[in-house]
This record gives sequence, structure tokens and C-alpha cells, in this order.
Amino acid sequence: MNRKLYDKLIFELSRPGRHGADLPSYNYSHSACTLPEGLLRETAPELPEVDEPTVVRHYTNSSTNNFGVDTGFYPLGSCTMKYNPKVDEAAVADAAVENLHPAQPADSVQGALKIYRTLEKALAEVGGMAEFSLNPFAGAHGEYTGLMVIRRYFLGKGDETRTRVLVPDSAHGTNPASAAMAGFEVVEVKSLADGTVDIDDLAGKLDSTVAALMMTNPNTVGMFEKGIPQIASLVHDAGALLYYDGANLNPMLGIARPGDMGFDVMHINLHKTFATPHGGGGPGAGPVGVRAGLEQYLPNPRVVEDAEGKLTVECGNEAFGRVSSWLGNYTVYIKALAYILTMGAEGLAWVGPLATLNANYVKESLKDLYLLPIDGPCKHEFVFDGLIDKSGGVTTLNVAKRLLDYGFHAPTIYFPLLFHESLMVEPTETESPETLDAFIEAMRAIAHEAKENPEFVKNAPYDTPVSHPDEDKAALEPCLTYAELMEPR
Amino acid sequence: MNSHRYLPHTGEDIARMLRCCGVTAVDDLYADVPPQLRLAKGYDLPQGMSEPELRGYFAALGRLNREMACFAGAGFYRHYTPSAVTSILSRSEFATAYTPYQPEISQGTLQYIFEYQSMMCALTGMEVSNASIYDGATATAEAVNMAVASARRRKRVLLSATVAPAVAQVLATYASGAGIVIEVIPEDRGTTSIPEMEKMLGAGDVAAVVLSQPNYYGIVEDYSGVADKIHAAKALMILNSHASPLGVLRTPAEWGADIACGEAQSLGMPLNYGGPGLGYLCCRKSLMRKLPGRVVGATTDREGRRCFVLTLQAREQHIRRQKATSNICSNQGIMTLHAAAYLSLMGAEGLRKVNELSSAAAHSLAEGLVATGAFALRYPERPFLNEFVLDIAAPLTADEVIASAAAAGIVAGVKLDGSSILVAATEMCTPEDINRYVELFKPARK
Repeated sequence: MNRKLYDKLIFELSRPGRHGADLPSYNYSHSACTLPEGLLRETAPELPEVDEPTVVRHYTNSSTNNFGVDTGFYPLGSCTMKYNPKVDEAAVADAAVENLHPAQPADSVQGALKIYRTLEKALAEVGGMAEFSLNPFAGAHGEYTGLMVIRRYFLGKGDETRTRVLVPDSAHGTNPASAAMAGFEVVEVKSLADGTVDIDDLAGKLDSTVAALMMTNPNTVGMFEKGIPQIASLVHDAGALLYYDGANLNPMLGIARPGDMGFDVMHINLHKTFATPHGGGGPGAGPVGVRAGLEQYLPNPRVVEDAEGKLTVECGNEAFGRVSSWLGNYTVYIKALAYILTMGAEGLAWVGPLATLNANYVKESLKDLYLLPIDGPCKHEFVFDGLIDKSGGVTTLNVAKRLLDYGFHAPTIYFPLLFHESLMVEPTETESPETLDAFIEAMRAIAHEAKENPEFVKNAPYDTPVSHPDEDKAALEPCLTYAELMEPR
Repeated sequence: MNSHRYLPHTGEDIARMLRCCGVTAVDDLYADVPPQLRLAKGYDLPQGMSEPELRGYFAALGRLNREMACFAGAGFYRHYTPSAVTSILSRSEFATAYTPYQPEISQGTLQYIFEYQSMMCALTGMEVSNASIYDGATATAEAVNMAVASARRRKRVLLSATVAPAVAQVLATYASGAGIVIEVIPEDRGTTSIPEMEKMLGAGDVAAVVLSQPNYYGIVEDYSGVADKIHAAKALMILNSHASPLGVLRTPAEWGADIACGEAQSLGMPLNYGGPGLGYLCCRKSLMRKLPGRVVGATTDREGRRCFVLTLQAREQHIRRQKATSNICSNQGIMTLHAAAYLSLMGAEGLRKVNELSSAAAHSLAEGLVATGAFALRYPERPFLNEFVLDIAAPLTADEVIASAAAAGIVAGVKLDGSSILVAATEMCTPEDINRYVELFKPARK
């Protein structure tokens, strides 16, 4: 990584008269724009004027200020930053979808629709569900869609009393936010000391007003909810449904399926478990699966197979409506399917166990220096509650920043909210023991530094393009555009 | 174990790591999973493919897809993607990064988001932009949620009948969850009926009015004075637009809109059978703290160097949980880089030319098709940019038009009903494509 900050903005490279793209000089029978003046903008937009080499060099330089999975180890808990296979990009090109319009006749897009159906079926097999809709654009969008499925299911039965959704206090912030957006009242369920759901607290909160319990399993502290058979029957006995947040599906590959655990509705983050690139925050995909009997509540449009095996796009599910204009982030599906086909049944079954082995290996190698609030085998990730020796006043934030100097991305910090100094590590299965050893060594060195020279750790990082950005200033005096940046302050 | 090329572990590695964990088998790490839940047999999925096999598999599927001259739009348009954009997006420092939570090693991402925000504000005339929503429809739904959140208890939202049906349907889904009542403002010959809108505003309790520009039929509506009427009723004006036409059309800010939103796929993003595109969401500064999603701001680091960070995070779900305006996280990340790189290369002048060529192509096609006698413009008195509605003269039907064009390698448009289609053109439609389309329906051929 280039440690010198490249800090130019493209606007600052602009010179009047330059341009970076050419357009055809077609002679159409009708010329240019015929709109009345009053419908046209008064002045041209303030966009940069730059030549093509300048644009390419600008973004290339700027990319060197970034850290990706291809740059180094990225143990960001709950984000499953596994290797993104390069052939998956080639598969997108091979599938020849670049110039397919989503409204063109079904006859001319049979390959695209077959990819959609094949992935749907593969996810149904891995999830233990009956059917999937791939339309939701992201994990949070999947949660929202899944909850709307549940809402429509109860309304379809004429049951208007189920207005509440139970969410464990360890859940991702999106769970309660999605439930609220879907029109539910959110009720928190307590966790036990080991981070798993307090079944007594749950039982007390289950009644005829509850539509669903949302769960992440393994949960956000990386522990398997071993009470799941009992939880599932409690929830179902109360007439409610069980929702599986697929954020932590990775360690379950090859081990167990949400459908078999009793979950009725689930979403999968293709950008986590199925290795599609995170793209600096998207595009991802959050397909939603349902058990048999709930298929008619999935959103439109649906890809449907007729008797002769011909695929069409239909909007036949009257119960729901839409969550997307078309069929979602389509190219992400191609990459996910390419990953599944590359791994195959056997390869996929190794993903969970190796992700879990990697996490336990790191945990066991560091628990003498970092506080492990929940002992015992974790799954794909685990949480430390900061350093054991906190005498130097070194916090989780300091440790995270110091790790950047050692060439690693930081773990997830200050989540889950169950602990004050949460430091959540998820190595994923694609990291070699050598990489893990280097990370362990760095974490041990930092623990040592925290004791010997705490101020040094607190002032980290030193070796990054910038250090200690003033986030308070950013929030108090928001400067959100180049135009604002140019205003005298 | 059978090794796989993405999995580095050797048998020896596994044995050493298990010893460190104090167990003898990987299975011991799953002792807490009840045996009756364990997968009894392997997945019912094929065996893993090598790279050459995988490429062959997708190439075979690719042959079942047929690329055609595209005259379909309805919110997704085939514009040219400069090669430099594709090249920039392939930088894996960008593509394989997560949300920029660690600003010290994410300045690349943060900086392009800042540039993107600046460019979207330049296009819309707004003061604030977030760093994206999933698509144009969900961006509009988020805009409505924002407006309702700032309207204190007013729950009526007026939606023009000229807004795209897919947007209206997504809006209906979101509104039903949030207890928002959507009421449709009728259309008058393809444009929003402003007198009807005024009547509906008069009944009170309206949080926002949702309009579009160009509208679903491709018509550029005249919204002069409309914002004043909406604001007089203390409601907000939300204007949905595809991004590219904003390069030439009067901006949402100039019309007096409070929130500008829509689909940015038209900024040279490949069609890719419908996604990924990019939803943009911009607003006036007074609404900044209701804006959902990620926002990047400029600041300085401890050595005074300019840098960028995620900011205003107190609005977001990971802090406010169920009290947040939205559940949205970061989403179409790298597509904001696509937009920024595209707009950098095109500049204002390039974007103007794209729209002029698209408009010229569309008007040429419209003239040619109407001259065949098989079609008539449904709204001849309304101005359009690059998309228009054709009524089809009986006995020809929309299905027949679409089928005979498809047989000739042309996507004729999007079917509106049995006897009309919505047709769009862009700079990717050559004069020859247009001729071929028109020739198909000349009387001699019919």
C-alpha cells in the first residue's frame, strides 16, 4: 500500500476545454434537442473537465489509499471478508448479460433466467428452504423483505393481532430497524452470560401478538444457539414464525441447514457466504427463502418455469407486490453461482469447518492476552472484551488502529453491544495458517506495547496515509461536497 | 481432505491447529450442534468445476441470451460505458474492500464517494447527497419515509399517476409497512393533473407529493409554480428522475423540489439484465439529518491533512436501531465509483451530447414509425426527450410488434397494454438500427 496520501480531488484536476470521452457523430434525420427553454437547466452542471489518462491515473492513485481483501487480511467480524474468486468476474462476461434489457422478451434471455433459477435452487438446498426470491438488493433489504413476507402471511390468514417482532439484544442493528420499517413493534429478548438467547425471557414474551422471532445463528458473539430446537417449538407453539438472519451462515456450511433447525423464513448475504466482492459497500444481494407453504408471499417479479421448461418473468404473487424494479442485483447472482459451482458439494461442506477452525485457532492463541468473555468453542468468529491488562488505558479502538500499522485491517469494534470493549474477529476459511500466525504475532506485540508504552499505542496509526481524522469536526461542521469545500469558512 | 484452490489448509495444518485448540477433530468444534440437526448427507449439488469447465458452463448459458438493438427503457437505458470506467472499477483495492469503517486505510473509497456526492448535487442542484440507495424505486420509497419522518404525524403522500408503475409498487410496499397512505393524483393527457393535485392538497394532512421528470411516458412535464402550491400546503416536493437527463433538464432544485431521487443506471452503467444500478437520493440541507444511508464528509487529520470520513452517523440503524429512519447500510458502493468515473470522463459537455444524441435518435424513430401508419404518438402535444408512447393501429397488437421486432434482432420497447408500447432511444441506437426498425412496419412489409 502506498503510504503517501494521494489527496487530490478530480475537480482539482479539471481544466476548461478538456474532455475524457468521445461520442458518435451520427446523422439522425431529426436534429438535437427540441425541448422548450423553460424545461432546460439554466446552467451546465459543475462537473470536472478532464482527459482520460488523468481520470485513470487519479482513480488508480486513489485506490492505493485503500485496503481490500486482495491487499491483506481483513478479519472484520460479522462481515465474512473471504477471498473473492477472479473467475467469477469472467463468468459474468461469459454469461453475456451486459447488454440484456430487463424488459426484453423472455425468449431472448433464457440463459439469464436459467442462472436465476439455478441459483435459487442451490440456495434452497443450502438453506433447507422450499423457494427463494433473489430480488432483495442487500442483507438489510432481505430482512425487510422477509419480515414483509411474514406480515403478509398473517394478514393473508386474517390475523391482524400479530404486531410485534422479538429481537435478541445481541442482534445486528438492522434487525430492529428492518422490523420497524415493516411496521412491527420491536421487543428485545435478553441474552444469557454466554451470549445465547435467554429461553425463559423468550417464553415470557411469546404470545398471540408476536409475529416472529428474528435470530442469527450462530449469533453475533459467534456462539451456536444450541437451544434452537426448543426455541423453534416455543415460537411455533405460539403461532409465530422463526426468521433466520443469514449474516452468519458461513460456519454452518457443511454442518446444518436453517430449514432443518426450524426456521421458516431466511435471507442469505451472497456477498458474505458466497464470496461476491463487497465493493467498498455494495452491490451485494440478500435473497429471501421460505419454507413450503409461504411461496405465494414472496415478492414480484418471479422467474417461473412452464411445462416445457421455458422460463418467464411473472408478477403472479398478488400478496406482496415489489421490493425492486427488476430482478435485483443480477450480476451478483452470476458470481455467487460461479462460486457454488466452483466449490461443489464437497468444497462447500469444507467452508464451515475451516472457517470455524481458523476462528478457534486465533482465539486460543490470544486468549491469554485478550479478555475472552465467553469461553468454549466459537464458530466462525469470536469476541474479545479488550485487553486483559487494561492498566495502560489502551482501548479496543487503540488496538484496532495499531493493527493498521502492522498491515492488517482492523476487526469489527464496539459491536456487539453486550460488552464495552468488543473486538470481533472473523478470519474466514480462505486465510492460511501463516497469515493467521502473522496476525496473532501482531496482536501479541500490540498487547506487549500496550503494557510497555501505552501512549505509543494510543497515538497509532503511524504508517497509514492519514491518521486520527477529526470526526467531531466532520459531524459538527458538515462539508459534504466539493462546492462546500470551496466556500470560505 | 480434498484440497481446494481457495482453501489453503493442508492436512498437516489442520492437525497442528486442532492441537492448538485442544481438540482432536474439527467436528469437536461443533459439539454444541444437536445431532438431529446435522446434515445427514452432503449437499445435493454438483461436484466442483475447474475454471475451464466453469467458463464453458457460463458460455453455454450466454449462448441462450440474445443481444439486440435496444429500444426499451422504462427506467433502464442502454448508454455507452467508457472502457476507462470498467478498468477503474476492476481495481481490487476498490472492489474487495468493505464499507470504509477505518478511514485511515479507506481514503480511496471515501474520496470517490465525496466526489460522487458532489457530482450528484451538481446534477440535481441539491445541497446534500447520500452515498446511494439500492435502485431508483427504493430511493423514492426512502425519500417518502424521510418526508413523513420530518412531517410530524402527517401520513398522506400524493403520488402522480405518471410515475413509473414499478416505483409506485415498491412505494406501496414500503408505505404499507410504515402506515403511510399513498393517494394517486390522476393524469391529464400524460402529465400530472395540477388542479387535481391542488384539490387533494386542500384536504390537508399531506406530507409529500411525488412527481417524476421525465415521467414514465417519457414526457418532460412543466412543473412551473407546482412547488409553491405544494409548499403552501406545508408538504415536501419529491422529484424522481433518471440521472442522465439531469445533464440538460431544468434541475429538481430549479423546480423547487425538496428531495431529488431516482435511478442513476443511465450514467453509463451496463444493462446487466436489470442490475446492479444505483439509487441516488439528494436533498436540501434542512433535511440533512433525516437523510438515510451513508454520507461522507471532509475533515482534517491530526497533521492538518485534508481527508474524508463517514459522518452524521447518529442517524443510522447501527446507532438508533429501531428508531432509525431506515434500515439501510452501505449498498451499491462501487456503483457510486462508476457514476463518478463516468461523469468525470463525460463532463457536462459529454453528458449534454449523450442527451442530444438520444433525443435526436428518439425523435427520428418516432417520426419514422408514425410515418409507417402503423403507429401514432399517444401524446403528440407533449414534449419528450428520448422516450415516448406509441399507440398501435389495429389489427396489429403490442405483442405482435414486439415479436416481429425481436425476430429481426430488435427490442421494440416495453409493452404498456395490448395496443401500446413505450419506446426509448439512446446514443447506442445507430441510424441503421432505427431504419431497420421503421422498415419492419412500412406498409409493403406489413
